[in-house]
Amino acid sequence: MNIFSSYSGKRAKVIPILQKVQLDFGYLPEDAMKKVAEFCGITESEVFGIASFYTQFRFVPLGKKQIAVCRGTACHVKGAPRILGELEKVLGIKEGETTRDLEYTLSSVACIGCCGLAPCITINKDVHGRLTPNVAAGLLSRKKQQITNSE
Amino acid sequence: MPVKTCLVCQGTGCVSAGAGQIHAAIREEITRLDLGENVYVKRTGCHGFCQQGPLVVIEPEGIFYTRVKVADVTDIAQSFLPQGQLVERLFYRAPDSGKPISHHQDIAFYSKQQRTVLKNCGYIDPEEINDYIVVGGYDALRKVLLEMSSEQVISEVKRSGLRGLGGAGFPTGQKWEACRKASLEFREQRTGDREKTHLSSLISHLSPLTSDLSPLTSHLSTFVICNADEGDPGAFQDRSVLEGDPHSVLEGLIIAGYAVGAKQGYIYVRAEYPLAVKRLQIAISQAREKGFLGKNILGKNFDFDIEIFQGAGAFVCGEETALIMSIEGKRGMPKFRPPYPAESGLWGKPTLLNNVKTFANIRWLINRGADWFASRGTEKSKGTAIFSLTGKIANCGLIEVPMGITLREIIFVLGGGIPDGKTFKAVQTGGPSGGCLPSSLLDTPIDFDSLTAAGSMMGSGGMVVLDEDTCMVDMARYFLDFTQKESCGKCVPCRTGTKQMLGILEKITGGLAESNDLIKLQELAEMIQKTALCGLGKTATNPVLTTIKYFYDEYESHIKNKKCPAGVCKALITYEILSDKCNGCHLCFKSCPSEAIKGEPKKAHSIIYEKCIKCGICFTLCKFAAVEISHPDGHCDKFRGSQKLR
Repeated sequence: MNIFSSYSGKRAKVIPILQKVQLDFGYLPEDAMKKVAEFCGITESEVFGIASFYTQFRFVPLGKKQIAVCRGTACHVKGAPRILGELEKVLGIKEGETTRDLEYTLSSVACIGCCGLAPCITINKDVHGRLTPNVAAGLLSRKKQQITNSE
Repeated sequence: MPVKTCLVCQGTGCVSAGAGQIHAAIREEITRLDLGENVYVKRTGCHGFCQQGPLVVIEPEGIFYTRVKVADVTDIAQSFLPQGQLVERLFYRAPDSGKPISHHQDIAFYSKQQRTVLKNCGYIDPEEINDYIVVGGYDALRKVLLEMSSEQVISEVKRSGLRGLGGAGFPTGQKWEACRKASLEFREQRTGDREKTHLSSLISHLSPLTSDLSPLTSHLSTFVICNADEGDPGAFQDRSVLEGDPHSVLEGLIIAGYAVGAKQGYIYVRAEYPLAVKRLQIAISQAREKGFLGKNILGKNFDFDIEIFQGAGAFVCGEETALIMSIEGKRGMPKFRPPYPAESGLWGKPTLLNNVKTFANIRWLINRGADWFASRGTEKSKGTAIFSLTGKIANCGLIEVPMGITLREIIFVLGGGIPDGKTFKAVQTGGPSGGCLPSSLLDTPIDFDSLTAAGSMMGSGGMVVLDEDTCMVDMARYFLDFTQKESCGKCVPCRTGTKQMLGILEKITGGLAESNDLIKLQELAEMIQKTALCGLGKTATNPVLTTIKYFYDEYESHIKNKKCPAGVCKALITYEILSDKCNGCHLCFKSCPSEAIKGEPKKAHSIIYEKCIKCGICFTLCKFAAVEISHPDGHCDKFRGSQKLR
């Protein structure tokens, strides 16, 4: 387990280790959480308790393109709910879900701090601002094309 | 030595609009024109005026280019040639007159500010420590280590009147003093305990508390933590400071460590801020190389190091005791206070916790003295306040203003007023913990106490301006929905109480409420305020209570008349196509997600109400203002139940 090599096996390191696991796997597989519990010397249920408390952690694989719709105050008053609705419609999934081909995951985030660009979304950490539902949907098709072109 | 500096903003806002490519293109073009001798092209942190980004500033004149595109780069580079012309089309335009303004010092958004903490943001390269040192960086640390004792530092901070800028406004000097006292006591106690060492080493492997201690930190007795878990929706000042001037935060943290007697500092920063994390990592390693961090700093036998801890996305971790739990590797649930972290914090040791902005203020306070610091601001709130000015306002962005400035000045002078000819309705400060203040309170001076007295709070500094199109009941519902989801679930009032409140608010926005619901809502809110365990629950009711207090008529209209005056609450409105204005362009027909519009091209269209989900897309898209929101008087029954409430 090379993930563990850079950490000391103490409970204080549980969160950084889980973050690293998720970075490498895209989510927290059950087996990995069991190994983390063993390594940190705490019970499996404690690891699951910590992982389920923090919204960053996921227990199912994510899509290749992770779309997060900002639901911050500024974005809310400037139409974030409609952008989320449009993306749900285009992708055919609900917030928090992943498309069956594992291409897209749609989620919402409390605030990405780009309130000056409201309403905005992030696609794999790239921020796209000043959106309308149509432009947001357009971003997807452009991304989709890029994916098909690169394949 | 180059004569001119071309600053290209690399804050998150500008980067998302393509500032990275612009920086590269300008460099290339300057080299191509052989201007490298005269012009220094520099990447900087956030300028604050994110809405107008990407920004390019030419110093020393202060020429300010807004919304720059790669295509504009040639013209900008040409302007540096001897016969070059300024690029007028990129100037900022005043929102009221449309007049182009060429220099940032003439733009009201900047000229009314008093930038201290943000002074270097946008002027120095945040990834280059020398840039920070040139503008006096680490001078304060040098002064503290070479000339001052820990007590002197604390008394200076106390005298300055600096209050915690994380929201609550607790006097910073008092916190530092308490932490130092606890730290000294802890050390004395440990020396006294040394005789018992043998016994304790025998039992240490049995005690769960001691075995939790990381081997790296168990010998340390005091910690300093920088709270950069900026979770309030609508606030981004901590992020901008970390991205634009990370060393100023490190310097404050090191000085705090020296003052309270800590050797280890943590920065708890949201994982959602990847750029801030990256720049902090660079800053920490550069500070180590230069000897500002690590062993024997500046040869003064003082050791201090900083570790970054990435938060995993829990709003409640902005609360200090929850944040500490999170660093300890546990579920981030708050603890009852007292004991305060200053006495018993991280791993039970004395811990000093301050916000990013508080630490960023320290170097100014030390360099210029407590008297200078205390000379600004109001009687009880000293210095400056930083706000993220957003929402329905002409100039969005980050501002730093002296305490005591009025809301009116911020919104109508700095912010340039409300765009699109709409009228001001309310201003929301302090995020989900704050409240909505109406136009009658626009002349309230901004400081910790007057905002609290008005029912809101300074909070983390979000300031969201709302116009006539915003429904205040929906706003209260939005914030409560947020706090309810983020409630950690430890105490009943917050876990269950906010859920009940949200239910009532959803009834109101759904048009199903009865008259006694408002009384229930108010009673619940007051109960939660008194009984919740931590700040999250105690203040979660502020948005509801202030909107009831200042916008009672809107609640009444929702409950009694089943009308949403702003036309936001879907259950209470219908869309209608005005046949005399509709020219049959067919755009709404094609865009309607639920095929609820009928009509042939070039003929007036109409809405099939049974199918309409009231998404409002037709309303937004119509170029001829032919779609109207109407309030069905008592006719809303047939739409009930089929509506989503959000």
